Amino acid sequence: MPHRTFFWFFFPSGLAMLLFIGLPIISSFFQSLHIEPEQILMEVEKCDPFGCKTETKVDIEATTKLQEEQPLGRFNGLGTYGDRNHLAFDEIKEAWTNSSSIAEFTDILLNLPFYKALLFTLTFCFAVTPPVVILGFIVALSVNTITKSLKGPTIFGVILPMIVTPLIGSLVLFWMIDAKGILGSFIQFLFDDPNLSLKSSSQLTWITLIIYGIWHNTPFAFVVFYAALQTVPQDPLEAAIIDGASRYERVRHIVIPHLYPVATFIILICLMDNFRVLEPIIGFAAEGVAQSLSWMIYNDLRSENKMLFGSAGATSMLTIIGVAILLTPVLVRTWREFRTER
Amino acid sequence: MESKINRYSKQLILINSFFILAWLIVSVFPFIWTFWGSFKVKADFFSRADWMFAVTGVNTLIETGDTSTVKAYVESWTEGEFWKATMNTIIITVSVVTISLFLGTLGAYALSRSTYKYTFWILIAALIFRAMPHITLVSGYLFPFFQLNVWGILPTTIIVLVAINQPFTLWLLYSFFKTVPKELDESALIDGCSYFQAFRFVIMPVMWPGVVTAGLFSMMLAYNDFTVTSLLLNQQNYTMVPKINAYLGTIEHSGNYMWAVSSVVSATAPLFMIIMFFQRQLISGLTAGAVKG
Repeated sequence: MPHRTFFWFFFPSGLAMLLFIGLPIISSFFQSLHIEPEQILMEVEKCDPFGCKTETKVDIEATTKLQEEQPLGRFNGLGTYGDRNHLAFDEIKEAWTNSSSIAEFTDILLNLPFYKALLFTLTFCFAVTPPVVILGFIVALSVNTITKSLKGPTIFGVILPMIVTPLIGSLVLFWMIDAKGILGSFIQFLFDDPNLSLKSSSQLTWITLIIYGIWHNTPFAFVVFYAALQTVPQDPLEAAIIDGASRYERVRHIVIPHLYPVATFIILICLMDNFRVLEPIIGFAAEGVAQSLSWMIYNDLRSENKMLFGSAGATSMLTIIGVAILLTPVLVRTWREFRTER
Repeated sequence: MESKINRYSKQLILINSFFILAWLIVSVFPFIWTFWGSFKVKADFFSRADWMFAVTGVNTLIETGDTSTVKAYVESWTEGEFWKATMNTIIITVSVVTISLFLGTLGAYALSRSTYKYTFWILIAALIFRAMPHITLVSGYLFPFFQLNVWGILPTTIIVLVAINQPFTLWLLYSFFKTVPKELDESALIDGCSYFQAFRFVIMPVMWPGVVTAGLFSMMLAYNDFTVTSLLLNQQNYTMVPKINAYLGTIEHSGNYMWAVSSVVSATAPLFMIIMFFQRQLISGLTAGAVKG
């Protein structure tokens, strides 16, 4: 296809992506270099019958004027990246010199907002993915063996948790897990503790969120594995039967090796999607104990009167770097594939 | 040929059926429970005394005179203005699906037919764009949109969702068009068609299976979106999902909480029905990129 024709075919789609995905990333970066203007203070002398006092007050007029002149705030360079809410260089340095043991240092480090969020995001990613792959595989094997007429409805039932948006999915589970809901009271009954609540401690909340993540992501792994199972070559399987291999041996030595590439695909998609975890935290009302990187950005942008564009921009950039690190293996793999194709 | 491969021992079938049944309960029961509970009052759905109340509806009987009630539905749709959120969702979903399919088919067709190297780099760029967390993009939108005074209205959100949706649509349709034989449109070109004519008269009639799949995913993205819609729309223009979140955020009086529960059911039911219809396309789309790799 000539360049010219290609250009006109691709132009609308490319323009949309450039304007609304490419530019916002640059805009985010630009915002991260600026910081909200400080409020201008002024001294007012207040006199009443008992004497005169000077008070410092916010000069609203001047502040508004400054905001109009510089809507993005003043230039701050990379300052926002190093402040307490992001990489917190000063705090780390201080903690390093002052703390007596490594444990104390990590404790201080993981109480800094950014590192706390990073820890949760990574824990969530890496705790959810392995069970998702394993469960997805087992469910796919299992569904593959049932009678044909039952397959359709079964698959529909299994994929439901994936179709609903994470916010609704987490709300549905949250209402059941609530101390007054069915699962919540069942757990209380099980442990014989009428005050037990999954919301009570941060560990329990993290576990709940991870269980939700597994529940939500397993259908995806299932669907991909199930489709891949249909392409497993039949001849080696039959040969294995003749050689007297048990069902377990057949799965272990023929089916699983065939599914390796598919599994890496699932792992990468899973890691990428869970890295942006946000809705479950809102759905489970877990903001207090579990913040993710996405949630930090959301929180900066949520309040309508004072949005922290600079802070949100800086966290966005750091998140994008994280995604880039996760994405490198995929890119390398796609590049190799492309090379072999031609 | 019915081979030995598909013969299983009785024991295995038993364990297997048990496992599948258990898994189905895990994935389906929460929705059934919420559906049932949405017809009860709050005192029953969250019952301190006995969880069986949610099944039998004791408090619902006391409060409304019947064991199930549609009060939460009626109130959320009228007083809670859920009808408005539904309208907005329909407008956004239909527009996003139409526009992103229009742009996506053109772009993906070109990508699949061009033999130059830049198509690879475009596809890689699309892959990187696909991986961007939506919230990082939103943080880039807000400031310019405030300055341009286009924040809070539906058209802005529609364009943004179309753009966010493009990378996935492009990849999906690209791998679909790759399966359409090249000879089909090449013969049309030899007969004197332009590329646009070849696309219009030769490719369009055969592209519908791929388009339905891509449309389904666009629909799910637009319908389910929370990040973009909750931050880019103002309260009056909220779609269903941010609206449900707003019900939870307001000061909790018992009525409001059940609004959220009933709205969750109202929002999920149409989606489930569509998926029931198009299940095959959904699965083929999810596996398009994976199985070949």
